[in-house]
Amino acid sequence: MIRLLLALLLLALPARAEEVVAALSQDRVSISTNFDGSEILIYGAIKRDAPPGGPPLAVIVTVAGPEEPVVVRRKARRAGIWVNADAVRLSSAPSFYAVVSSAPLETALTRIADQRWRVSTPRMIRDVGAASVVEDAASFRNALIRIRRDEGAYVRDDAGVTLTDETLFSATVALPSALTEGNYEARIFLTRGGRVVDVFATDIFVRKVGLERFIYVLAHERPLVYGLLSLALAILAGWAAAGMFRLIR
Amino acid sequence: MQIYLPIAEVSVNAFLLLGLGGMVGVLSGMFGVGGGFLMTPLLFMIGIPPAVAVATEANQIVASSFSGVLAHLRRKTVDLRMGTVLLVGGLVGAAAGVQVFAWLREAGQVDLLVKLAYVLFLGVIGGLMFVESLNAIRRARQKGPAPRTVRRQRGWVHALPLKMKFRTSGLYISVIPPLLVGLLVGVLAAIMGVGGGFIMVPAMIYLLGMPTKVVVGTSLFQIIFVTGFATLLHATTNYTVDMLLALLLLVGGVVGAQVGTRIGVRMKAEQLRILLALLVLAVCGKLALDLLLMPSELYSVGPEGGH
Repeated sequence: MIRLLLALLLLALPARAEEVVAALSQDRVSISTNFDGSEILIYGAIKRDAPPGGPPLAVIVTVAGPEEPVVVRRKARRAGIWVNADAVRLSSAPSFYAVVSSAPLETALTRIADQRWRVSTPRMIRDVGAASVVEDAASFRNALIRIRRDEGAYVRDDAGVTLTDETLFSATVALPSALTEGNYEARIFLTRGGRVVDVFATDIFVRKVGLERFIYVLAHERPLVYGLLSLALAILAGWAAAGMFRLIR
Repeated sequence: MQIYLPIAEVSVNAFLLLGLGGMVGVLSGMFGVGGGFLMTPLLFMIGIPPAVAVATEANQIVASSFSGVLAHLRRKTVDLRMGTVLLVGGLVGAAAGVQVFAWLREAGQVDLLVKLAYVLFLGVIGGLMFVESLNAIRRARQKGPAPRTVRRQRGWVHALPLKMKFRTSGLYISVIPPLLVGLLVGVLAAIMGVGGGFIMVPAMIYLLGMPTKVVVGTSLFQIIFVTGFATLLHATTNYTVDMLLALLLLVGGVVGAQVGTRIGVRMKAEQLRILLALLVLAVCGKLALDLLLMPSELYSVGPEGGH
């Protein structure tokens, strides 16, 4: 869906004199038992017919995790104790989002282009209808960004893309250890003077494997069997420990 | 060594989990409490999602309680008959508690209610127990090592019908009070997401007049079934039991429970009670402070439909 939209938007771009050619070090991330985060190298070149020229060039790389609705709650003091008072439902926010660029985002991208392509983190969060629930809906969105940034789920690096001779670029995006399954979308924007010249998009597949996959699937498809198995495991472990300690004595 | 938990979807240090399980296991074996009221907040602190922490904790309590009960059975300090009566009340209470929980959730603020319930019950029980055991120690010191006379009062508990003999506890009382205690603990266990040992133990000592030695084993006995029931409910309705997390916690937990049971046997009943009282009061104080002080982060993020 997003890619179809991107394709349509690309058609609307002016005739392209410059194009992005890019690749990822891996398009598949396997979450195994000892998974402890992963680093993805994104690299490529800018293909052009004529020698480079014109307004300053910038490259922006984004990696977005699966989007899901979230609820942000705010505490307030009621009768002396702190309780959840207001809640705002944000219709979609990515579980992970990284924006790395070769120049500060404010100069690498105009506000209009940001709005159109949804590049900066606030633009990635949709809060349709939130303003009708509370007065200061924006503070809830900012809180979400702040909390997820502290958790390492939202990353912004204004100097994360290395650009050589306005032609070669590379960037690394670190995926945290607390990663959710799903299709992650990597996008690479080429901008001149803040206007998007070309976009390249590709998917990164994040999947659980082995034991992780087995447990997850069993828990969701055979919940009763899984529950009984968990209980059996608990009883067995309790019995084994009791027996072991009796032997030791 | 980092380990990725398949249901919680976070990566945590395996030794940290083993250590936490062991620590709470020792307490569980010593006092006959499941340890859920300690472990669940600790799991929140290391970044496990609350729903997964509560459900998995129930599974872990099954293991540590089972390990503890085996040690107590060998010592013949489990009143199986009393345990069964408590359990009947407990299962009915747990089923009712799940309904109450769902109803409160619809009304909103379930989070606050759970916390208030914790503060109230931990505070009252911890305070009562602390004062009582302090008095007991003082009495013992004043009178010296003289054997205490039988001081069993014949209160309203003994005037009720449907009397039953509980030989292990040396009691001949009506089944109504233990059924009610079980029921209350079951309801609270389901709402607060714990085994309920910290309510059960003082209720058995002070309300039913059971000897402290039997109380711990009997409490563990009924906790196994109540938490087992809760695990199944969580696994089938919320898919939030993390087997890998439970396994790591319970390996530490069962070993800890064995160690704890041995420490508990060597200690005097009053000392045991005063320590449990202090522990309960400490957790209560921490929760109360959370409610009273301004939190450093006013906002919280949750999935849709969660609490």
